[in-house]
Amino acid sequence: MVYLTRKCEFSAAHYYHNPQFSPEENQRIFGKCNNRNGHGHNYTLEVTVKGDVDRGSGFVVDLKQLKDVLEREVLQALDHRHLNLEVPEFKERIPTTENLAVAIWDRLHPKLTVAQLHRVRLYETSDLFVDFYGEK
Amino acid sequence: MFSASHRLHNEAMSDAENRATYGKCNNPYGHGHNYALEVTVSGQVDPATGMVCNLADLDGFMAREVLERYQLSNLNDMPEFRDQVPTTENLCAEIFNIVRRGFTPAHLEKVRIEETMMNSFEYAGGAEVRY
Repeated sequence: MVYLTRKCEFSAAHYYHNPQFSPEENQRIFGKCNNRNGHGHNYTLEVTVKGDVDRGSGFVVDLKQLKDVLEREVLQALDHRHLNLEVPEFKERIPTTENLAVAIWDRLHPKLTVAQLHRVRLYETSDLFVDFYGEK
Repeated sequence: MFSASHRLHNEAMSDAENRATYGKCNNPYGHGHNYALEVTVSGQVDPATGMVCNLADLDGFMAREVLERYQLSNLNDMPEFRDQVPTTENLCAEIFNIVRRGFTPAHLEKVRIEETMMNSFEYAGGAEVRY
């Protein structure tokens, strides 16, 4: 079993707001992230897949195919987007980095057939990242 | 860190299959990478030294057994890649086996190789990698 990690970056805007909270609660819980005009991040995404090395090719997965899946399923949907306003997963859910990592897992998991998705690691900034292993 | 060249090519495949499978990595003249290698070992902290193992021993072992072997080499020339393609998956497993067999002061958990800033590979000898 070998683990392979592919990295990519995207930039997006968001704000944190729960309509069930009062304005004061939203402000207290989310602080500056509650600014309704939003703010943005350069996200770094690391996607780890695992599998046995194919004897013929020496690969766990064709890196080009993995790159294409990431491009199609993640970057086209999220890069240079406003997560609250343009990404369907966040119509009802708050686009925290936690929820974004889960959403990325859910987008990738059905599309990765050769190797198995192992981990989604999402950096919001260089100081903060979230890991999700698909456990719900 | 070590720098080496390789060509991904499987003699059992046709030229067209090799090109379809390996793309640019099938270039007959080869190409190279700066491989960044991380080795993770585990063990109890020795109460006398406060160490899991002496880093100088680990550095010495890696320099002697791994870096000396692969630094500025052509991986396709190495005996371990006579019958397997020198992908970074296979290189990870080879280095894991060298360290697991030869380095006894601590338990080898994992070998991780960054082939480029965008791609990395990990091997834990079949064990689950969970960190």
